[in-house]
Amino acid sequence: MSGLRVLVGCKRVIDYAVKIRVRPDSLGVVTDGVKHSMNPFDENAIEEAVRMKQKKIVKEIVVASCGPSQSQETIRTALAMGADRGIHVEVPAGTDADLQPLAVAKIFSKLVEKEKPDLVILGKQAIDDDANQTTQLLAGMLDWPQGTMASVVNAADGRLTITREIDGGLEDISVSLPAVISADLRLNEPRYATLPNIMKAKKKKIEKMTPENLGVDITPRLKILNVVDPPVRQAGEKVPDVSTLMEKLKEKGHL
Amino acid sequence: MLAARAVSRILKSSCCRSMSVLAIDDDLNGLTDDQKELRETVKNFAQAELAPHADAIDKSNDFPQLREFWKKCGDMGFHGITCPEEYGGINMGYMAHCIVMEELSRASASIGLSYGAHSNLCINQLVRNGNEAQKQKYLPSLCSGDHIGALAMSEPNAGSDVVSMKLRADKSGDKYILNGNKMWITNGPDADTLIVYAKTDMAAHQHGVTAFIVEKGMKGFSTAQKLDKLGMRGSNTCELVFEDCEVPEENILGPLNKGVYVLMSGLDLERLVLAAGPVGLMQSCLDVAVPYAINRTTWGEPIISYQLVQDLLAQMYTWLGVSRNYTYAAARAADNKHFAAKDCAALIYFTAEMATKSALHAIQILGGNGYINDYPTGRFLRDAKLFEIGAGTTEVRKMIIGRALHHENK
Repeated sequence: MSGLRVLVGCKRVIDYAVKIRVRPDSLGVVTDGVKHSMNPFDENAIEEAVRMKQKKIVKEIVVASCGPSQSQETIRTALAMGADRGIHVEVPAGTDADLQPLAVAKIFSKLVEKEKPDLVILGKQAIDDDANQTTQLLAGMLDWPQGTMASVVNAADGRLTITREIDGGLEDISVSLPAVISADLRLNEPRYATLPNIMKAKKKKIEKMTPENLGVDITPRLKILNVVDPPVRQAGEKVPDVSTLMEKLKEKGHL
Repeated sequence: MLAARAVSRILKSSCCRSMSVLAIDDDLNGLTDDQKELRETVKNFAQAELAPHADAIDKSNDFPQLREFWKKCGDMGFHGITCPEEYGGINMGYMAHCIVMEELSRASASIGLSYGAHSNLCINQLVRNGNEAQKQKYLPSLCSGDHIGALAMSEPNAGSDVVSMKLRADKSGDKYILNGNKMWITNGPDADTLIVYAKTDMAAHQHGVTAFIVEKGMKGFSTAQKLDKLGMRGSNTCELVFEDCEVPEENILGPLNKGVYVLMSGLDLERLVLAAGPVGLMQSCLDVAVPYAINRTTWGEPIISYQLVQDLLAQMYTWLGVSRNYTYAAARAADNKHFAAKDCAALIYFTAEMATKSALHAIQILGGNGYINDYPTGRFLRDAKLFEIGAGTTEVRKMIIGRALHHENK
């Protein structure tokens, strides 16, 4: 198996190490002046594509991101990790938080029409909205097989064997190509973008387009009503003995 | 948002990235987008690949994975940061070099020091003074991290008065025969390529110094015991011994008997790049002291809310900002081919003393915990002190500033 073309998605999100603050209007979180970086699951997606390219299974890696102009930095990181060229689907700054999985899946289905990849790899979810929907929606729209939450991907005889992390343990599935898969964190350990590769990435091409160019209506279908901080964990209580503990547990309906 | 965020945080901090460092306002520091990306790249690498080992490196005075780490730094492009592409470098200049030095030192000042000796003292001296054949022979494997480099100047009785060195090089056919020794040589035990200053004309004093490129394994060259230092432990230091060591004539670096110019001009850049070491150390003092002062409560309040603690932190923060930006100013000037010896001396004199004071403040903020070796602040103090001694003592630096002010204005 060789010569595959892969489309990989990468999303610019608030950095995983940043402490999230709710906006004063309670309709979102503070993003201004906050450090952003590539969604960690998308790093796994790109890493997997690059490894497949190193094994000569893949010929070309196209990386796509939907978001404001700064999403180009995220694309550059992917290019420095080893993707060959980029596509930036630009949405105006400030509206990117309203870009919902349905719209992103529609955009990607148009990109698939245009780029004709054999495989699409996405992160299993983005750490900002935790939706975990785009892969599934996209596979449905394309009527392609899907392998979500992949922790191992092997290619042989024109098919992919995918190990998925499920509640009961691990599940192995086999899918034909073309297919859509989503990457879990344990799929691989993403490489560093090295300085020489960061410099080379500056010369790689990023094609710019808009949802309108692609004929996709990105009007949000869901309305955010209220965003609140998670409840602060209440302090525990010490009990003198086991019988009091049993009593308390019964009282609270845990037994 | 919380679930996946927490999972990636746990996985990333345990397997590939640490997150226990503060944010740096590089808009204020005037970094370009490329330089900001550079810091991010080095920080992520250093916090994941080096910081987790820093305490063990200090305790054992050894970094068993040094060669492997050196190779990784080579892949990242750190070693040849001031070296042209044709010799395996990436030619990003002194400002970039300072950022790498700072972020590596923030993770482990001792390995940061070894990096400085390798990338600046050895590689950059070869870039600046080597001939074409020398550059092609030595630079690629130094830039890739396959080889480790060092520079040897000081002797047991020639430190601040370095040109009083006694290592002699006598011509014999197409070779020079070196006899004597060098002391306190950073990377000495590990180095494959060393730049060594020796006297080719004993009577001519400073006008009889010549720089040589010495390779590990050359006949008559050996290293003595590894030194047991107060700080910078794991950055290996030793004495070099030359007993009828034969060095081919083509290994003369720069012109014969002009080694003192190679040496002195190199020292200015050494001081500049090394000053980023104490800057990184001051940052790590804050990286530890600020979260500690937020989490530690006395009388029901976090200690950071007390003015006496705020006083310590405010001093540390201010010293860091001043030190960092003086260093960056000189680095930007060096990238524009403007070199100022007195400012290179001034900025390392200042940053070194402030790093020692910052480490003392960090210890004070951590209180009893600051005084035990389960916390890294003691290591910061012992590491910081080196910068007041290495690359010219504080006293020599002040002398350079004073003399320059005298000569420039008389």
